[in-house]
Amino acid sequence: MSAYSSEPQSDNPDRRKFCRRTATAGGGLVLALTLPAFAGRSSRAASGGQAGGGQARDSQLNAWLKIGSDNSVTILVDRSEMGQGVYTALPMLLAEELEVDLARIKIVAAPVGDAYVNALNGGQITGTSNSVQDAWDKLRTAGAQARTMLIAAAARAWRIDPAECYAKNGMVANARGKTLGYGELAAAAANMPVPKEVKLKPKADFRLIGTSQPRLDTPGKVDGSAEFGLDVKLPGMLYAALAQSPVLGGKAASVDSAAAQSMPGVRRVLTSSSGVVVVADHFWQALQARNALRITWDPGANARLDSAAIQAVLKKAAATNPGLVARKDGDVAAALKGAQRTLDAVYELPLLAHATMEPMNCTADVRAGRCVLYVGTQVQQSAQSAAAAAAGLQPNQVNVVTTLIGGGFGRRLDVDFIPAAVEASKVVGAPVKLIWTREDDMTHDTYRPPIREDVSAGLDGGGKLSAWNMHITSPSITARFDPTNKDPFDSVTEYAQKYPYAVPNFALSFSRQEIGIDVGYLRSVSHAPNCFVIESFMDELATASSKSPLDFRLGLLAEKPRLARVLKLAAERAGWGHAPDGRHQGLALMEGYDTHLAQVAEISVVGGELKVHKITCVVDCGQMVNPRIVESQIESGIVFGLSAALWGEVTIVGGQVQQTNFNSYRVLRGDEMPELDVHLLPSDDPPGGIGEPAVALVAPAICNAIFAATGQRLRSLPIAAHVLA
Amino acid sequence: MTAITVNNQWLQVDASPDTPLLWVLRDHLGLTGTKYGCGMALCGACTVHVDGVAMRSCILPLRAIEGKKITTIEGLSQGRSHPVQRAWMELDVPQCGYCQSGQIMSAAALLRSNSAPTDADIDAAMAGNICRCGTYARIRKAIHRAAELLLAGTQS
Repeated sequence: MSAYSSEPQSDNPDRRKFCRRTATAGGGLVLALTLPAFAGRSSRAASGGQAGGGQARDSQLNAWLKIGSDNSVTILVDRSEMGQGVYTALPMLLAEELEVDLARIKIVAAPVGDAYVNALNGGQITGTSNSVQDAWDKLRTAGAQARTMLIAAAARAWRIDPAECYAKNGMVANARGKTLGYGELAAAAANMPVPKEVKLKPKADFRLIGTSQPRLDTPGKVDGSAEFGLDVKLPGMLYAALAQSPVLGGKAASVDSAAAQSMPGVRRVLTSSSGVVVVADHFWQALQARNALRITWDPGANARLDSAAIQAVLKKAAATNPGLVARKDGDVAAALKGAQRTLDAVYELPLLAHATMEPMNCTADVRAGRCVLYVGTQVQQSAQSAAAAAAGLQPNQVNVVTTLIGGGFGRRLDVDFIPAAVEASKVVGAPVKLIWTREDDMTHDTYRPPIREDVSAGLDGGGKLSAWNMHITSPSITARFDPTNKDPFDSVTEYAQKYPYAVPNFALSFSRQEIGIDVGYLRSVSHAPNCFVIESFMDELATASSKSPLDFRLGLLAEKPRLARVLKLAAERAGWGHAPDGRHQGLALMEGYDTHLAQVAEISVVGGELKVHKITCVVDCGQMVNPRIVESQIESGIVFGLSAALWGEVTIVGGQVQQTNFNSYRVLRGDEMPELDVHLLPSDDPPGGIGEPAVALVAPAICNAIFAATGQRLRSLPIAAHVLA
Repeated sequence: MTAITVNNQWLQVDASPDTPLLWVLRDHLGLTGTKYGCGMALCGACTVHVDGVAMRSCILPLRAIEGKKITTIEGLSQGRSHPVQRAWMELDVPQCGYCQSGQIMSAAALLRSNSAPTDADIDAAMAGNICRCGTYARIRKAIHRAAELLLAGTQS
C-alpha cells in the first residue's frame, strides 16, 4: 500500500467520496512539510521528465514553484489538465501573488506527493470540479510566501529592511530604484524561512484573477506539439495491444498465439491480469497480431446479461428493497396521505460511456527496482499503486509522469488500463506503450450506472408542494471504485440529498443493486441523473398545479436567492413565454458544485423530428479566475449534456456492450450545435466548480420543452429512444 | 520501402503497405500531432492533407499514398502562423486539445477551397470532426476569424 494514512474525510455531503485510504492535507502546512522532501531531487524527477534547462540552475521555493537562475518560472500543477483549464487557472492563482507575468510561466505536471493532495477530495485527484476551490487559498498563499522569501533575500543582499522592498513583474525593487531579478534571488530565497502568515491581496488589487488570460496550453494544442499519453516517445519503446474478454468480466480460458507470434514485428504475447497482450515494434503490428489471436473466453457470470435483465433487476429491487434513508424531513408518508393531489412517476436512466477522444492508454518503463509510468490519469496515487502492484514494487519505486489528457470526464479516475502495460514492460524489459482501440475503450468502459428513480409528491389545496419522496435504485459507484469506503449512500444520491426546493416533508432513500458490470464516475456524476428527475418531475407538478414551470419553481425558492436570480435572468434572456412560432421552451435549474445555474432550452418538433435551436444558460459560480475558461466549460458541459440527452445509451446483449465506435455511440457534431447564450454573473462569493454542472440541466430543459411541444412526458433517456409526435 | 513526402520532406518508409498513414506518421516518423480517435474515419482526429485535400489518415493505407504529398499539423506552418492557428489561439478554441489537430487541418482545407465560408459551409466541412469537449461554437467563430485574417493577409 501507499504511504498515505487513513484519516477520516470531511463530512461535507457535496464532496464525492473519493479514496478514503488516501490522506487529506491541510492547506497552510503544506509548504513547510514539503520543502525538505524536494531537497536534492533532480529537476527531471520533479518536472515530469522535462529537462532542467541548459546551464540555468533551478531553485525550488515550494512544492509548486521553481525559479531558474535564468529568471525562468516553472509552476508544478498538481491537477491534471483535461481541457478544463487547470494549467492556466491554477498558475494564475500563484502568479497573482508572486507578481510575475503569466506569459513567462512554464507548466509541468507535479509528481506524486503529499503536498499535491486535493484536500477537498482526499487524494491527488482531479475530479468533482473543485480544482480551483482547493487551490484558491493554497496557491495564492504559496505565491505570497515565495514572494516574501524573494523579498527577504533581496533585503538581505541590500542590507535593508524587507519593508523597504516590493515585488513587481518578476523582480524585487527598493525605494532607491535598485532591482534584483527573481532569478538572481531564487537560490538565496529558497533558504529563507517560510513565512507563517502572509496577507493575500484583496479582490480590488487582482491583476490576473478575474481576467480572461490566454490559456497557457493553447499554443501546443494548435501546432501538434502538446504531448498526450498516446504521444509519449521513449528510446527503445515497444507498442502493445490488448485483447480483453468480449463478455464483461470474462477471462481467457485458452490462448492460441501461434499465428500472432509469427507475424511481422511481434516480440511477445503474454497473458496479463487484464487480458492477452501482444507486444510489437509498432502499434499497427501489435493490433494485427492481436486480431490474429485465437482465444477461447470463459464468459463468466455475465454470459446471459442484457439490458432488459438489468432494467428488471432494478425494478425488482426498487419494489422489494426499501433501501437506506439518506435524508428525511417531516413526515412524508403522512403528508402524501393528506395531500390534495399526489403524483407518482418512475424515471429510468441508461448506462453511458465516457467516450473520451483519446482512448485509454498507458506507457510503462519497468526496470530493476523501479517503474516510470507515463499516463493521463486523474488520480496519481491510484496510478502509482496500480503500477506498483503490477510490477511487484513499492509505490515509492514508481514515478508517475502525468501527461495531458485527451478527455477525462471521470474515466481516468480509474486505473484499469495501467496494469497490462506495466506487466508487459516488465516481461519484455523495455518501455511499452499500450493503446486501447476505440472499440476496446467503448466496450470496456467503467459505465455511468443505470439508475431507476421512483418519485412521488403531494400538492396542497393551494397547489403548493407539500411532500417529496424519492427512491433511487442503482449499482454503487463508490463501492466499486473504492471497496474500503463504507459510505452507504452512493455518489449517485448526492444531488438528490441537496434537493433545492422548499418542501416541509421530504424523504430520500437509496437501494443499492449491483448488476455485475463495472460502473464509474461520469462528468456531473449524481447531478445529471438527479437533476433530470427533479426538474422533470417539478414540471409535472407545475402542470398538475396549473402553474407555469417558472412560477411554480420561483414559489419554492424563497430561501435560495442565488437560484432564484439565475432562474429569473435565464427566463428573461431566453424570452420565456415568448418563443417564436413553432418553437417551445423548457427550463431547468441546479445548485451543484457550489455553482448556481439555470437553463432554458428552445426546441421544435416537426414530423417527429426534434431540433434543439437554442440553449440559454445563466451561471453564478462565485468569483471566477478566468471568465473565458468558465464560459468554455459551460459550453462544454452543454454539448456533453446534449450528446447524452439526445442519444447516449449503452446497451448490453449476452454480457457484451453493443456500442463499439462513434457510429453506434452517437455524439454531437458541429453541424448539430444549437445556438448558445451563456451568461456569467459577476460575484464576490467563493469560487464554485464549473467543469461539470452545466451538463446536468440539458436533458430536463429539453424534455420539459418537448412536453410543452407535444404533451409527451419523457421519463427515460435518451430522447432518441422515444417516438415524438 | 514506400516513398512519400511528408511536410516537404521526401521519405522512404519501411512499413507494411497495409499500415494506415496515421500509424506511419505517429510511430515511424514520430509525428504525433496527428491523433488516433476511432480508426474508421468517423471522428476526424487523424485528419491530414494529402495533395492538399483533407483526408482521414486512419483508413489510408501506405500503399495508397505512395508518391503523394502529405501535410500534417506539424507542417501546416512555421511558428503557428497559419491563419487558422492564429484564429484558434486568439479565441482559445482548444480545451483538452486532442481533436484540435484534426479540426485545424479540416478548417485549413476548407479555407483553401473557400476563403469566405458561410455557417452552412462550415457545418458541411467540419461535421466529420468530433470534439467531445464541445468546442464547436468557438471553432465556428475561429473559422470566420481565420477567413478575416486570410483576407487581411492577401490584401496587405
